[in-house]
Amino acid sequence: MDKVVRLVSERGVVLFSKSTCCLCYAVKILFQELGVTPTVHEIDQDPEGRELERALMRLGCKAPVPAVFIGGKLVGSTNEVMSLHLSGGLIPLLKPYQALC
Amino acid sequence: MDFPSTQFVSSQTMATYEPIHQIGMWGENFKSISNPNISASVIVDVVNKLENESETTSHEMLASSSKHDQEASKPFDKIQRRLAQNREAARKSRLRKKAYVQQLENSRLKLIQLEQELERSRQQQGLYVGGGLDTGHLGISGAVNSGIAAFELGYERWMEERNKQICELRSALNAQISDIELRILVESGMSHYFELFRMKSSVAKADVFYVMSGKWKTSAERFFSWIGGFRPSELLKVLVPQIDPLTDQQILDVCNLKQSCQQAEDALSQGMEKLRETVSATLASDQMGQGIYVPQVAMAMEKLEALVRFVNQADHLRQQTLQQMSYILTTRQAARGLLALGEYIQRLQALSTLWANHPRKPA
Repeated sequence: MDKVVRLVSERGVVLFSKSTCCLCYAVKILFQELGVTPTVHEIDQDPEGRELERALMRLGCKAPVPAVFIGGKLVGSTNEVMSLHLSGGLIPLLKPYQALC
Repeated sequence: MDFPSTQFVSSQTMATYEPIHQIGMWGENFKSISNPNISASVIVDVVNKLENESETTSHEMLASSSKHDQEASKPFDKIQRRLAQNREAARKSRLRKKAYVQQLENSRLKLIQLEQELERSRQQQGLYVGGGLDTGHLGISGAVNSGIAAFELGYERWMEERNKQICELRSALNAQISDIELRILVESGMSHYFELFRMKSSVAKADVFYVMSGKWKTSAERFFSWIGGFRPSELLKVLVPQIDPLTDQQILDVCNLKQSCQQAEDALSQGMEKLRETVSATLASDQMGQGIYVPQVAMAMEKLEALVRFVNQADHLRQQTLQQMSYILTTRQAARGLLALGEYIQRLQALSTLWANHPRKPA
């Protein structure tokens, strides 16, 4: 759990993913379209991956990936990200981290 | 009854086989394996019964030998020898059973494929009428078929209810009823769609390919299919002109919603493409020429599980689009929107019927 906390407070937009997860890939594409480059942690390639997975599940990410954090706060999985985006709430959160065109 | 795929993989990678005659012995007891109507669970039951029988026989032998011991003093050695023979026989039996079960796993895969081919051709010939509910033939796909049968029944009822609601909306809008009453109709219309998404989620667990195929829908509806249903952005394009006039703020909100929808759809589409690439690469990852029943197939199946998540995600997107529209629009506009959506789908269904019945030019 400590590692999760440490990793999410590092950068603005953090995505926990697995290199084999295609839904995680979809979320990466979405961020790309919105002009954001999240810090991606592939937990299947992390030696402490199991621990990270357990920590994420304890935080409520059932899947457990993809798990999105913005500004240190948990946004959620694909459902939450999509809902937020459709309601217009995602872009304001991402504004500080969007690439300057 | 469900064998985990990892078990299957290990039995497939086992290159060592027991001598053919031992498998033959087990095979003779199960000549009926060639009959595709025997389900895997029945086979396992019979195997277990035989195992128990061989153990029972050794128990009987023990009992009879101890009886004799009391009557006419049999030497201790003979009993020991007999016990050792029993143990050896049991051990050999277990080894033969193991080899046979490996062969069963292989046959099971063939059986699943055969059953599905059969089901496909049955459906194509229109012979399928809730076939999965016939418990006598409940194979591996039996549970799946009953899930699909339940869904199709539910969908029929759902369509009837939806058509009823469309009529109600039409007359309500023409009759100029109060906003409060109209709100009730709008709410029930929305929850009705959410009910469909729940039903789809349930049947997706049983057979995700069924949901992907859109088989329960008419042909024209299927023409527009995107991950098991309509593209939310396409529906918005159809509906918004029907809801005029919109305020400036509403126009802006709808525009933003359209754009977010489009972006979400693109992301999911690309994720699906990645999934196809992954499954394809997994299936072809070894040197071809090894035949069909290789571990690659089971490995690809694990990848395919992600498809259920995509289907659920697409439905979630549809649900969220409906939800957001209901926030942006007034009650009256939402009612007009629901009516337009319902009628649009009815027209697609009419198109399908018209198409199915139009005279074909001779070849």
